[in-house]
Amino acid sequence: MTRFILGRLIKAGFILLAILIFNFLLIHAAPGDPAAVMAGEAGAADEKFLADLRERFGLDQPLYIQLWTYLQGAVQLDLGFSYRQQMPVAELIADRLPATLLLTGVAFLLSLSLGVLAGVAASARQGSWGDTIISTLALLFYATPLFWVALMAALVFSVWLGWLPGFGYSTVGAGYTGWAHALDVAKHLVLPATTLGLFFTAIYMRMTRASMLEVSRLDFVKTARAKGVKRRVILRRHILRNALLPVITLAGLQAGQIFGGAILTETVFAWPGIGRLMFEAINQRDYAVILGVFYISGAMVLLFNLITDVFYVIIDPRIRLTG
Amino acid sequence: MKDFWTRFRFNRGAVIGLVILAVVIATAIAAPFIFPTSPWKMVQRPFLPPLTQNGLPLGTDALGRDVLAGLAHGAYVSLLVGLVSTVVALAIGVPVGALAGYFVGRVDDALMRFTEFFQTIPSFALAIVLLAIFQPSLTFVIIAIAIVSWPPVARLVRGEVLSLRTREFVEAATLQGLGNAQIILRHILPNALPPIIVLASLMVAQAILLESSLSFLGLGDPNIMSWGYMIGAARTVIRTAWWLSFLPGMAILLTVLALNLIGEGLNDALNPRLTRKSE
Repeated sequence: MTRFILGRLIKAGFILLAILIFNFLLIHAAPGDPAAVMAGEAGAADEKFLADLRERFGLDQPLYIQLWTYLQGAVQLDLGFSYRQQMPVAELIADRLPATLLLTGVAFLLSLSLGVLAGVAASARQGSWGDTIISTLALLFYATPLFWVALMAALVFSVWLGWLPGFGYSTVGAGYTGWAHALDVAKHLVLPATTLGLFFTAIYMRMTRASMLEVSRLDFVKTARAKGVKRRVILRRHILRNALLPVITLAGLQAGQIFGGAILTETVFAWPGIGRLMFEAINQRDYAVILGVFYISGAMVLLFNLITDVFYVIIDPRIRLTG
Repeated sequence: MKDFWTRFRFNRGAVIGLVILAVVIATAIAAPFIFPTSPWKMVQRPFLPPLTQNGLPLGTDALGRDVLAGLAHGAYVSLLVGLVSTVVALAIGVPVGALAGYFVGRVDDALMRFTEFFQTIPSFALAIVLLAIFQPSLTFVIIAIAIVSWPPVARLVRGEVLSLRTREFVEAATLQGLGNAQIILRHILPNALPPIIVLASLMVAQAILLESSLSFLGLGDPNIMSWGYMIGAARTVIRTAWWLSFLPGMAILLTVLALNLIGEGLNDALNPRLTRKSE
């Protein structure tokens, strides 16, 4: 197990390195002076700041030395300085990261459990009314733009019905502490997490249904039936266990997509995570922040993939632990 | 071909999808003729609700622009971006996958590492980074979408080529002395076509969703009226004029749904054996 994790970590390290090199090349491929690109919108930075940047990145040095300087900084989590916000990018991201982890984590668990449940229910009664309804809903959610469903949910449940807050992370100025605060945050979380999860619920549901149907046709299931094992036990112990494997693989691969979706939901619901930070940075052309968020989101996805891999091995010990 | 059509028609959803798509295509083609004036032009007072004024059935937006004209011109942009970016993604993914699958070994390793890299990094964030750094124009939007959507093509084509390259007809072609290029292009790829077509139809749908998300965030071509832009612009007035966000969203939903339905229909029609297995 340790060797397996070590192998995965080395691979993840290479991918992170590639993202950094990619970022570096982008800064240099962008039109204009790289110092100006890093400082943000033309004219936003004063000359002294630009001169500082030029010196720090050694812009008069050959490209490979610049790359080395850049990588050295990035490894020490120096992601540059946001001139707009007057703060180091790493600090900005560290402030916002917990909110994003909470949102994406809840949305992921919600969509995986709902999707698997719905998929199992649909496949258990294939061709029935329930199956048709669940499958049609999945088809609809799969085609719905995430930001739009978020907007519409905010409109209906927050503006029209007033059931849930549609804006922010917690009630401003309420001064809740302890459980009252947690409850307040949870209320604010319902709409963003549900709307972010809808699209993925649809994916996991379709995947689970197809996978269940496929496994239920295999010989060992026929054997179990012939032995007289109860229908529900077959469903749970024989079919579901095997059908879950491809769903979990897929869920791991989707990690990056959930983060992409978080950029949209956080923007709509003013959720103070790194997605919202990226949106603000886009509007202000704050490139240091955009590239920093991109780098950190890549790191998050890699970590997430690692967790799924480990989980996968636990569910199915047959899988050989090779890096 | 007749067989194909019979099987496609058998899927009711696919036929519905085809009808919806036909309407969207017709709207896109007709847009410049029905609404010859620019969709950016102010035609009436702002916030005119739908069905209140003749000639403006869907009313006007926050700047007094004709919503119906915007939707019609947006249809053209959505279809264009969806189609062209998919073609570009195929142009990257098919060669990468074909080379990896045909030459196996080191070439395969290198190409698949490359593909894996693009598959691992969060694609939407990558598209944002690309468009934020290079000024967003229609061409760049298309290129950015293509760059983030080619990896599944490469993986699919690689798998198909891997399984086809050991088949007898390929061996026969090799014995005839045909070159690698000819074998790949004339013998292997045509046989891998059905799953590629199915994937491509689903990719067009995903590309339309992606384009709308990007223009919603303000990363679209600033000179082009698109559905995502309309929603992004109407976002701040959602309390007073919700239909301005609702209508373009429905347009996206229906178009993407239609393409997904068609994709499923194509899958049933082109891979009849596979369907029976998974039904």
